[in-house]
Amino acid sequence: MNTIKGVFRSGKFIVGFVIFILILGTCIIYPLIVTSDPLAMLGQGNFFPPGTYISQEEAALEDPYTLQLPVEINKLDSALDVGTRAEIQSFLIKQAGVAESEIDVTDAEALAKLWKDNYDPEVKYQGLTSAKRKKLKRIDAAIDNAMRESGTMIASEGEDGALERDKTIRDTDYINTKDVTRKVLPLGTDNFGRDVLTELVAATKSSLKIGLVAGLVATAIGLFLGLLSGYLGGFADNLIMFITNLFTVIPSFVILILISYSVGDQARGIMTVAIIIGITSWPWTTRSVRSQVISLRNRDHVNLSKLSGHSMLRIIFTDILPYIASYVVMALILQISSGILAEAQLSMIGLGPATTKTATLGLMMQWAMNYSAHLNGSWWAYFPVVFMIAFISFSLNLMNTGLDQVFNPQLRD
Amino acid sequence: MELQQQNQTTQQSSSKIEIPENSCLSGRGLTKIFGVGKQTTLAVDHVDFDFNRGEIISIVGESGSGKTTLSKMLLGLISVTDGTVYYNGKPRDISTAAKKKEYWKDIQPIFQDPFSSYNMFYKIDAVLDDCLRMRGAGRLPEDQKTAMKTEACSFVNLKYAELTNKYPFELSGGQMQRLMIARIFLLKPRILMADEPTSMIDACSRATILDMLLKLRDEINMTVIFITHDIGLAYYISDKVYIMEHGRFVESGTADECILHPQQDYTKRLISDVPKIYEKWDLDA
Repeated sequence: MNTIKGVFRSGKFIVGFVIFILILGTCIIYPLIVTSDPLAMLGQGNFFPPGTYISQEEAALEDPYTLQLPVEINKLDSALDVGTRAEIQSFLIKQAGVAESEIDVTDAEALAKLWKDNYDPEVKYQGLTSAKRKKLKRIDAAIDNAMRESGTMIASEGEDGALERDKTIRDTDYINTKDVTRKVLPLGTDNFGRDVLTELVAATKSSLKIGLVAGLVATAIGLFLGLLSGYLGGFADNLIMFITNLFTVIPSFVILILISYSVGDQARGIMTVAIIIGITSWPWTTRSVRSQVISLRNRDHVNLSKLSGHSMLRIIFTDILPYIASYVVMALILQISSGILAEAQLSMIGLGPATTKTATLGLMMQWAMNYSAHLNGSWWAYFPVVFMIAFISFSLNLMNTGLDQVFNPQLRD
Repeated sequence: MELQQQNQTTQQSSSKIEIPENSCLSGRGLTKIFGVGKQTTLAVDHVDFDFNRGEIISIVGESGSGKTTLSKMLLGLISVTDGTVYYNGKPRDISTAAKKKEYWKDIQPIFQDPFSSYNMFYKIDAVLDDCLRMRGAGRLPEDQKTAMKTEACSFVNLKYAELTNKYPFELSGGQMQRLMIARIFLLKPRILMADEPTSMIDACSRATILDMLLKLRDEINMTVIFITHDIGLAYYISDKVYIMEHGRFVESGTADECILHPQQDYTKRLISDVPKIYEKWDLDA
């Protein structure tokens, strides 16, 4: 009891724990609020940026409110680009004889007004090629077009094939966003047009599942072999350590790749990948549990238990396991964290869960990479995933360090 | 020198080993080597001994002389590298778990450090219950068991009612060690292996503990093998003394022979190292 209280007095543990609980809570609560399929394809097309999306048709057909608000897009400004303005300026100076000081090319409205005052499409100006004259006529038409008030017209094809005007949208027409269907995509969509936020929550959930299963499998194997090897000693110890050393020497990631590959695409579901990660990452748990058990097995209370006629199993469970329990919990936390990272690594190289039914953090990274999200600047497709992976590992490692400080008196302040 | 010659003769005539009639625990050429290959440590080096029934035997030596290793070999907790242990005149057989269990009914220890002798996750009742189970009293009615435990505790001046439902760390060192003696009282083994039972306890409790051990020995007439570095203590309580140096018994005999008339330099040094009141302590010796 005291130890548990001590754990919750450790600042590091609490910070890590709170972050982890927040992530876990989001994974549980978010799907209750947003009940749609996390992998439903909302959009057609790659990587829509984050933002609020409003139905265009509904917005157009909605009854408008007339508001005297300045329109954000100044039509004149966008109609007159830099080259056009330079041509207007040279016409005004050379042909119309306006003083250069009167012309301000940055003010589109003043420029258009000067143009309207001085240019007459009927007059044949001297000193210009015919191409230039035609160009000037086009500029005049563009300015006329941009200065027109009417706005946009919606028309539909009638029975006789002629267009009939349905509705005119004027510059002063506004609609209230509450009146139309809106969809907020805080993190945009991914390459398949799926909502990244919903997908991220579902992916975090399955990645945590993978980490937990991988961690439990690795810790169970490691604990079992470590206890056996440490307590029995002798030949059993040598044999188990031989196998453990073999696994330690061959990088477990290589074994992981080989097993994932040989299992094949059909069989590689989420749980399979979790178990594969688990059975390749136990060696260091075995080594550390073994060393803890060796130091415990010659303790007086173990000897006394032996002399009281207890069986080996009972001694292991009552006299050794409780003493290393805190250590095993810490190892489990690290194994969960490394399981999540291993899944991300495997998926990045295309050997993760072969599924389109569920998302994992690693798969999201792989999709983003395959569709060049990092090259076309679609940061929302991979940055949140990277952050989520980092936050999970960070919180778990922080919890581990906090536990270490509580259980290891040498590290206490 | 005499003893070393004896050692050699016993080693030479190992084909016909004679174990004295009243010996309960004997050793011939008992050896323990730790480690393998080049880095070996010779902890116990071909020792011979005969511990007679009902005697108090002290094994005295400095730290690292192999006393505790010898005691663990005799308890059957670690394997014997070479040589044989004779139990009641016959070679000891603890090859199976069942045989070990039988052997451990007859030989029990008290360890040096009472603080590490308990499993801190279990209440102290568990230790006493284990003893009852070992004596075959595990299925007795609860009140009878409590009566036995109360009796054992009162033998060592502890009140069972105050101790029950407590964890080991709630007890003082002296209380823990007395409870260990209560455990021996419940088990009533033939041989008690007391490995420096008083070294972690203050001087006042020490006398009480020793007193209780001797009382217990008179009560159930067991052999006590007392392992200590305190040669003064060994002189006062033991019938026979073995002096151990670097894994060998350099001198043995009755307490008077060994300590009042030491033959070996090592024994003389051990005796001179004991601080005496009213005398200047010679640290150079």
